Amino acid sequence: MAEFEFETEGVKKTFTFMNRKAPYGTIYALEVLETVLISAAFEQHANIIFVDDGVYQIKAGQDTTAINMKNFSPTYGIIEMEKEDADEDDDIDMVWRIIVEKESLDARGLTEDDFKVSVEVLSAAEIADIVDASDCVISG
Amino acid sequence: MKFGILVNEGPFTHQASDTAYQFAKAALEKGHDVPRVFFYYDGVNNANKYSAPQADDRNLVKLWGALAAEKNVDLVVCVAAGMRRGIQNESLAPGFRISGLGQLVEAGMGCDRLMMFGD
Repeated sequence: MAEFEFETEGVKKTFTFMNRKAPYGTIYALEVLETVLISAAFEQHANIIFVDDGVYQIKAGQDTTAINMKNFSPTYGIIEMEKEDADEDDDIDMVWRIIVEKESLDARGLTEDDFKVSVEVLSAAEIADIVDASDCVISG
Repeated sequence: MKFGILVNEGPFTHQASDTAYQFAKAALEKGHDVPRVFFYYDGVNNANKYSAPQADDRNLVKLWGALAAEKNVDLVVCVAAGMRRGIQNESLAPGFRISGLGQLVEAGMGCDRLMMFGD
């Protein structure tokens, strides 16, 4: 085992986390969320984007009792708190954006009022530009 | 160029790990660096030493381990994803080590490209 040490001192990159899947049914949503939370410790810029059925991940009022799954949606509130801390504290050089795709909302009859966190609603084309400008894209 | 690789699927249900392995091998043969491969989601199953495919099938667990030994690649298995799926030190194949998600973020920060292979 060759443990590698990366030189990360002073590195500031933009990570995009692309959430494409419904919150339950597969584990992708939960495990992307865990990655987003860890990345905060590294003070990197982050775009947390929700597209396709991924928009359901942040829908308010989730009740998972009937499927015997843990409702992890309250954890998205921590992402919102991290974002607000970064926005308000000048000492934290970190820009976080929480974005949902307009086309995905329209296709599902949702509006930004349906979500438990504050979001930016952007078009697929605008999101494509954000992905293009990112250094790392991690999707699930 | 320095490539970080993220493998998000196990060795059998999806082809992602095969493709990632072929990519890593080809990149190394072309003289690029692949300092770290990070295994996440069901990708942690690539590190299961009890994986025993049929003799005429490729064995990705061993292929990854051999690549790591030959080319000094750091194969890192996510501890949280591994715990859920029964990948612990006792079940870990040679060449892999278990660590946290921070090792993925660091690979993204420290490499020129982070290549993700998954569904």
